[in-house]
Amino acid sequence: MEKVYIAGIGQTAVGELWERSLENLSAEAILGALKDGGRPKLDALYVGNLLASAASGQANLGAKIADNVGLTGLETTTAEAGEASGAAALRLGYLAVKSGYVRNALVVGVEKCTDTVGSGAESMIAHGIDYDFEAVQGLTPLGQAGLLMARYLDVYKPPREALGALPILAHTNAANNPNAMYSKAISSETYMKAGIVSDPLNMFDAAPYADGAAALLLTSDEKISRKAGKEAIEIRASSGSIDALALHERPDALAFSAVTVSTQKALAQAGVGWKEIDLFEVWDAFSIYGVLSVEACGLAAWGEGWRWMMEEDHSPMGELSLVTMGGNKARGYPLGAAGVYQAVEAVLQLRGGAGANQVHGAKIALTQALGGPASNVITHIFSRS
Amino acid sequence: MEIPRHWRLQKQRYGLVGEICPHCNAKIFPARDICPECGGEAKEPYRFSGRGAVYSYTVMNNAPAGFERGLPYTIALVKLDEGPTVTAQLTDLGEKKVKIGMPVEMVTRRLKEDGDERGMLIYGYKFRPVMG
Repeated sequence: MEKVYIAGIGQTAVGELWERSLENLSAEAILGALKDGGRPKLDALYVGNLLASAASGQANLGAKIADNVGLTGLETTTAEAGEASGAAALRLGYLAVKSGYVRNALVVGVEKCTDTVGSGAESMIAHGIDYDFEAVQGLTPLGQAGLLMARYLDVYKPPREALGALPILAHTNAANNPNAMYSKAISSETYMKAGIVSDPLNMFDAAPYADGAAALLLTSDEKISRKAGKEAIEIRASSGSIDALALHERPDALAFSAVTVSTQKALAQAGVGWKEIDLFEVWDAFSIYGVLSVEACGLAAWGEGWRWMMEEDHSPMGELSLVTMGGNKARGYPLGAAGVYQAVEAVLQLRGGAGANQVHGAKIALTQALGGPASNVITHIFSRS
Repeated sequence: MEIPRHWRLQKQRYGLVGEICPHCNAKIFPARDICPECGGEAKEPYRFSGRGAVYSYTVMNNAPAGFERGLPYTIALVKLDEGPTVTAQLTDLGEKKVKIGMPVEMVTRRLKEDGDERGMLIYGYKFRPVMG
């Protein structure tokens, strides 16, 4: 089996980008990754996307995106794993390069939410939940997060402001990320006063749906990075795991079991433990998902994730840094592209290029993407080679 | 229009009909092909009593298409007396404050409007507080 390296990264600013199209966003990210990684001959392009069929009426994205940037002749496939689609595309690329059948592959995550607005947008974002038994009752991902947060607050009784720790950290970090949707830190008071979205979830508990694209150049040839004057970052682990799609199908809705399994598999593959990991791009689509994830992946005891979030230092200076470039909450949440953004940000950190948010001496990073409420979880571990 | 997919779920939506596993007697809702308890094939219909308690709930302030007229509405995870949990709107709440653990019972109500004013109305189960 080959080793798999990331030789190039590219990303667009995240936001409501009305004037730009799916392929135009993808092009900026792809050309950025190729410029960064030195334009080797490409064999394949893997696309991560969730909404294009519904929001833009467009499927077969690989052909559209590759042809637009003149990459004719290579093979393409789109990966769909709910909101973890970007991470799924990365995993496809990883498997292809690892196997030796593909030498150089591009992975692009792209989302163009704003091609549809209003109640139609709420509907298509709900495509990832169980249609027949959840969506038909008027439930959406926001509602699922509200259900989990209400149960968590009732069972474990944390102070309400504890759920604000992760969104507040995300906003603080995003202030130093030029590609972030929000560049303003928020206070605990602002968090507590925010309008309720799906009770008890408030506006700052939910990451904002956004447009954006991010790309990675994968290769089995370590020399490519050296030629481009960059340190090659190795993908040390890639793993996936599923849970029941619908919350009501789970024996304990507060136990994100797919997070547990996916994390354990990834740590075993990489042969590392949490103590050796410097940064964790935890999935913060909703603040409660961050709390449930750190409990499920063994960083905090059940019911204690809120305390771990609130009482320990998770800034870039802390023992284990979280959402170092603003996470989904404040970088912006481009759904099926978000998993690729996480990987781009991890590479920036491991190369020492994260600017004011640099995690000092970062050697190993773990990223984790959740489709739905951990219905489909994909974890990657990266290290300096 | 999505007539076939709603038509095939009529018994589940109107009668809260799930399954009972012929191998281990687990009661299952909604119906599935393999029993989650024992891994055997599940096929035998079973009508649930429709009584249960609120496991969690949330109030929706943004609606997907077809639900706008009901805003704001309350959705709950309801733990049925027979074991399984279902996702359903709470209805007939009046001034009653919803609490986790509150006993509820199933009723049939309009769930959703499919399309414009000529579109299909989709009916199914909701839950209301147990009276008395």
